[in-house]
Amino acid sequence: MTENKKTYWKGLEQLTNDPEFVKNAEREFPEYLPINGGNEEGSTRRDFLKLMGFSLAAASLAACEAPIRKAIPYVNKPVDINPSIPNYYASTFSSGGDYASIVVKTREGRPIKIDGNELSPINKGGISAIVEASVLSLYDKQRLAGPHINGTISDWATIDSEVKAKLAAAGPVKIVTNTVISPSTEKVLEQFAAAFGGAEVITYDPISNYGITKAAETSYGTAMLPTYNFEKAGVIVSFGADFLGTWISPIEFAKQYVQGRKISKEKPEMSRHFQFESNLSLTGANADYRTPIKPSQSGLAVLALYNALAKQAGAATVQGAAVEIANLDRAAKELWANKGKSIVVSGSNDPNVQVIINAINDLLENNGVTVDFSKPSYSRKGDDSKMNQFVAELKAGRIGGVVFYNCNPVYDFAKGAEIAEGIAKAKVSVATNSTMDETASLVQYVAPDHHYLESWNDFYPRKGEYSLSQPAISPLFNSRQAQDTFLVWAGATTNYYDFLQQNWNTTIFAAQTETSNFQEFWDRSLFNGVYSIPSVSAPVTSISDVASAASAVAKSYKPDNASTELAMYVKIGIGNGTFANNPWLQEMSDPISKATWDNYLTVSQKWANENGLRMNEGETKKAKLTVGAKSIMVPILVQPGQADGTVGLALGYGRNKAGRVADGVGVNAYELADSDKGFTNFDVIEGVSIEITSDSYKIAQTQTHQTYMGREFVIQEATLGEYKEDAFAGRYQPKIYKEGEFVKPSKISLWKGHQYSQHHWGLAIDMNSCIGCGACTIACQVENNVSVVGKQEVLNRREMAWIRIDRYYSSPVEATSNKELEIAADNPEVTFQPMMCQHCNNAPCETVCPVAATTHSSEGLNQMTYNRCIGTRYCANNCPYKVRRFNWFKYHDNKDFAAVNVAQNDDMGKMVLNPDVTVRARGVIEKCSMCVQRIQGGKLTAKREGRKIKDGEINVACASACPTTAIVFGDMNDTNSKITQLLKIKEDTISAVKEVNEERAYHVLEEINVSPNVWYFTKIRNKDKSEA
Amino acid sequence: MHVTTSVREPLITGGKTLKDVTHDISRQVEARPSLGWLLAFLFSVGVLLLGSIALAATLWEGIGMWGLNKTVGWAWDITNFVWWVGIGHAGTLISAVLLLFRQKWRMAINRAAEAMTIFAVICAAMFPVIHMGRPWLGAYWALPLPNTFGSLWVNFNSPLLWDVFAISTYFAVSLVFWYIGLIPDFATIRDRATGIRRSIYGALSFGWDGAAKTWSRYESVALILAGLATPLVLSVHTIVSFDFATSVIPGWHTTIFPPYFVAGAIFSGFAMVLTLMIVTRKVFQLEDYITIGHIELMNIVIIITGSIVGIAYITEFFMAWYSGVAAEQYAFMNRMFGPYWWAYWSMMTCNVISPQLFWFKKIRTSIVATFLLSLVVNIGMWFERFVIIVTSLHRDYLPSSWAMFYPTISDVGVYLFTFGLFFTLFFLFAKFFPVINMAEIKSIVKSSSEKVTK
Repeated sequence: MTENKKTYWKGLEQLTNDPEFVKNAEREFPEYLPINGGNEEGSTRRDFLKLMGFSLAAASLAACEAPIRKAIPYVNKPVDINPSIPNYYASTFSSGGDYASIVVKTREGRPIKIDGNELSPINKGGISAIVEASVLSLYDKQRLAGPHINGTISDWATIDSEVKAKLAAAGPVKIVTNTVISPSTEKVLEQFAAAFGGAEVITYDPISNYGITKAAETSYGTAMLPTYNFEKAGVIVSFGADFLGTWISPIEFAKQYVQGRKISKEKPEMSRHFQFESNLSLTGANADYRTPIKPSQSGLAVLALYNALAKQAGAATVQGAAVEIANLDRAAKELWANKGKSIVVSGSNDPNVQVIINAINDLLENNGVTVDFSKPSYSRKGDDSKMNQFVAELKAGRIGGVVFYNCNPVYDFAKGAEIAEGIAKAKVSVATNSTMDETASLVQYVAPDHHYLESWNDFYPRKGEYSLSQPAISPLFNSRQAQDTFLVWAGATTNYYDFLQQNWNTTIFAAQTETSNFQEFWDRSLFNGVYSIPSVSAPVTSISDVASAASAVAKSYKPDNASTELAMYVKIGIGNGTFANNPWLQEMSDPISKATWDNYLTVSQKWANENGLRMNEGETKKAKLTVGAKSIMVPILVQPGQADGTVGLALGYGRNKAGRVADGVGVNAYELADSDKGFTNFDVIEGVSIEITSDSYKIAQTQTHQTYMGREFVIQEATLGEYKEDAFAGRYQPKIYKEGEFVKPSKISLWKGHQYSQHHWGLAIDMNSCIGCGACTIACQVENNVSVVGKQEVLNRREMAWIRIDRYYSSPVEATSNKELEIAADNPEVTFQPMMCQHCNNAPCETVCPVAATTHSSEGLNQMTYNRCIGTRYCANNCPYKVRRFNWFKYHDNKDFAAVNVAQNDDMGKMVLNPDVTVRARGVIEKCSMCVQRIQGGKLTAKREGRKIKDGEINVACASACPTTAIVFGDMNDTNSKITQLLKIKEDTISAVKEVNEERAYHVLEEINVSPNVWYFTKIRNKDKSEA
Repeated sequence: MHVTTSVREPLITGGKTLKDVTHDISRQVEARPSLGWLLAFLFSVGVLLLGSIALAATLWEGIGMWGLNKTVGWAWDITNFVWWVGIGHAGTLISAVLLLFRQKWRMAINRAAEAMTIFAVICAAMFPVIHMGRPWLGAYWALPLPNTFGSLWVNFNSPLLWDVFAISTYFAVSLVFWYIGLIPDFATIRDRATGIRRSIYGALSFGWDGAAKTWSRYESVALILAGLATPLVLSVHTIVSFDFATSVIPGWHTTIFPPYFVAGAIFSGFAMVLTLMIVTRKVFQLEDYITIGHIELMNIVIIITGSIVGIAYITEFFMAWYSGVAAEQYAFMNRMFGPYWWAYWSMMTCNVISPQLFWFKKIRTSIVATFLLSLVVNIGMWFERFVIIVTSLHRDYLPSSWAMFYPTISDVGVYLFTFGLFFTLFFLFAKFFPVINMAEIKSIVKSSSEKVTK
């Protein structure tokens, strides 16, 4: 086939090579694709292909599945909710009679933090660990999702009709409750009781103070608790009352107590505190003179004190076996010298002992001053004898219907087992408990109550002092406020909110004269959270003499009991056990034993030596503790300060139906208590035996070394006498030799030093004010999303706390070698030292990080950049204060930690996280940031408002939680700030190294000149001579 | 040709000719793997695989798999790191420093010692990476690379960063030095080989032609690299010691560390060389090349460095006492009598007392005794690093934070992994590379006319 060589033309133009044709030959299509902005010049086929390629790539990339994160904007934005702007609501925490007026911080509608309400005349802005942590309980998935009938979920209509019908036909109905301090709730209960044939309300308290109310009835004619005023007392004597930690109203008492303990050159005086107790309590740890006594001696000790004072007063003494108790005579002498400005309290629940205490305070003319019965407190209304009677009736099957109003007596009453047995005999049993706890799981109907942060309520904790709680979030579950439930069952048509308002309208509003507009009154009260009515003081006078009580005491107590005694006590973190399912509280390091996740038998060092028990790094043995017929296996913890011949065991543990966090943690000590003498008694003085077994056990302690090894560069302390002579008493002031003279370490440095031209943030921590309660540690945990790691990881010494309270015991006086220094004295002096990042100006951590992940801010903060951290841990090693924490594992979204680290693993628990603080990834270091998110927030607010920051406007979480204001935060460049004044920084300087003129202020480890921005104030003890 | 007086002991015994040398050494490379080698190699690979389980667990779950805690942030990881780096010292010291000092006896051992150095440095370099919380980032964030993070740069104040430079420089120079030395020997093997083996060794030998000019360049490069490597022998462990010396922790913060660490490194490096060489000479029948004389000389170095280390220990104590710093004094008392007393006394026994046995000629010329003592020294040196790191950290300033360190199975496993890696590499080297520098050793073989008759 020949090749075709013919040429075909498209037209004559091509043949003729017409210039017009040649010009347009390339442009076959006159219309161009509208790419490149219609600019025909730059539009090429290549551009088209580029765009097409890009579109294809973009489309295929977009098709790849990306994680879907829903951020749905409000269609109609609620008036008060601005994303990222927190709202604060005044409210009230109450559990039984435990009370605190609070401010709830909410973010995007979620409560995330609780602070004390500074307007409250009771807790005055103070707060405790339990109250801080209660916000997590709101998001507890173990709370019931709806009403339950015989263990299966039901609906409200069914339960309402069934309960109403059955209760009406049940016969005698009893309502069992813990102390109710809400006047409106009391009215609701009255209405409910009336609807069911005058049902009786039985009130008991897990940690009963019936002894005091009963004694008040004997002494003064009315069953009540007095208001205590520790701030007015120059001498404080406490027989086993842990008033700073767990007794009645500890936040309030701590606030009062510390007023007498704060000391300065201008006011070089402080109260003197005697403590006589069996277990080393937080209060005992703060006492100037602490005497360990046995529970069997406690009544006689009170008698002896009475007699010593009666002798002084010329009153009749009473009979009582003589008992040798150190410091008792001295206490008597000083009490007498401080007549009218002293206080004597006892933690005993024995009404007879409390009658003598009343008599003592009468003798000392403290009645109406420091112990004020004219202004009764309503925080404990439990009646142990009535409760006993109820248990007997229940057991006998004489009760037709029983309603448990938010109480768990099966677990936390001495005769819990009998109640458990009796519930089945009642025709109808109902509980309003919000979890399927030990009691609720035994009843037929559970009508779960809201969490307190979802509820309306009012409170009347003390005569003249009202407060309100308001919902900070819509109910998370299908629960219903118990008061509403009672109103429905009583056949009322009103809801509780209206009922509450109505009640305030007719009572409190009617009693005041400030305003005539109820709405205004209500709004203001709700805004403030508290309302006070001046009340008329009604002084009480004694109506009985002490003789009969004294003879009863003399009979039931012994001067020297040979058998081992058990003194049950309450721990600050777990309290009576109601909040045991809260992992923050479980992992809170006990202020005294430093143990987490357990209760244990505390024994004296002497006992441990005699029985060949040695505790090493938490490793111990289990003991078989037998009390009467009951015996339980419990680990032993050697506790310096434990009275010889006694052992202690904490209540609140050993729950088995609290939820996955608390179940199986520790042992239940309530079972060992008795209420046979007509009052709940947590002291067992006969029939206790302890047998050490060969079972090894590990108690997870965050601190295993007890003493400070006599290291003055850590703890500096003096006695009051020494301080009065020399304000520098107890100060360790290292000097370093340089060029012919001894100079302060801060004068020698390799570094040029920082200059802080704007702010210079710092902390001043008064070790005299710090009582060691640990509220700051939980506040920090909540604020900064600090992980909970669980018992095993605490055992591995990996707890994540950003702030810890170091607790040091003194060594025996004659300790000479290192080995002896390691051992605590048998009855040691105790020092608490809050320890967090010291924000060093010459920070050893900053120099060693290879990637500069930890750096210094222009305001004196040592900053941690999580994103940059590669986790070499060099900074943690080089930190002389050991405050840096490493994320050994991924603690969030990890099923291994889901059971304990609820706030970072469970979809509901995560609602508590502070959105302003990153949840840290595995493999990075974290530490105290001095709440930098709050500092930045405060600065932004001030900037927006075009003004300078006011002192006190920004506060760190630990300082704001501290009930004793032991921690003060502020700007050391601000000459008017509280911290500047406390430290007496005279010079107006922007230098990082501030000249501090306060004699008591010191830096921990001053001689290595890391130049911290945290100052400590020496601990001053009001005793004649130091014993360490 | 090497000239020695007849008074001197010959460095190579057995009347080897140049051909014998080539044959004796190439034989290992050319022959089929022996059963012994195969078993040893498989055992090493087994250990490597076993250890890699622990390594994988650590990388997957996090550093929490180890026994570290809030107080003791480094323990076995950095102990192993410093230990391996220390072992890695002998190679360069033998090849570079002894080359400059014209110590001809080094020729029999430098190849293996350098190989050991390289493998030890590989093992060591693993730890700074895997001990990180986030190695996938840290592996390159610790390098001063230009980045898009803004002005983010590494922190030149940090001794850990200095480590990065020190170790990588040392590794690079050692590797080049070692490889340059291998080139003529690869060429020898190439010349004897056929087939695929010939191409492989041909490629490895970089076209070595054995010309006089090539030899001259080879000698110059060796000398220059020796000059470069010599300061590195001192600098690497000096810088490693800065990790501790520049800190504020009692027991770490001491200026004696640089010389003390260097001496310790040479000490442990020589011990490891001995351990390996005693086995190698036996397995590969190289008794004529690595003689008792070599062993004795190395033992003398061990006595010297062991004594330096001993003096350093005592000096530390003196300084702690003399300083009057309570925390420092406590740190040292705690080493001796605290909960880790056994680690301290193991270190003292192994490092200070046992090498003194080499003062006895009988012991230092005994193969068995040398082998055992070389193991003891390496155990002692591991404890030295453990004592410095763990006993200083576990009780520092604030008694509230004092804690104990207990190793976990993963700690042990990761250490095993490095052993597996080290021996796997070493056995591969021993089989496929000439273990003695043939080219160099030929220069000290006495000519056949002066055959040693005794």
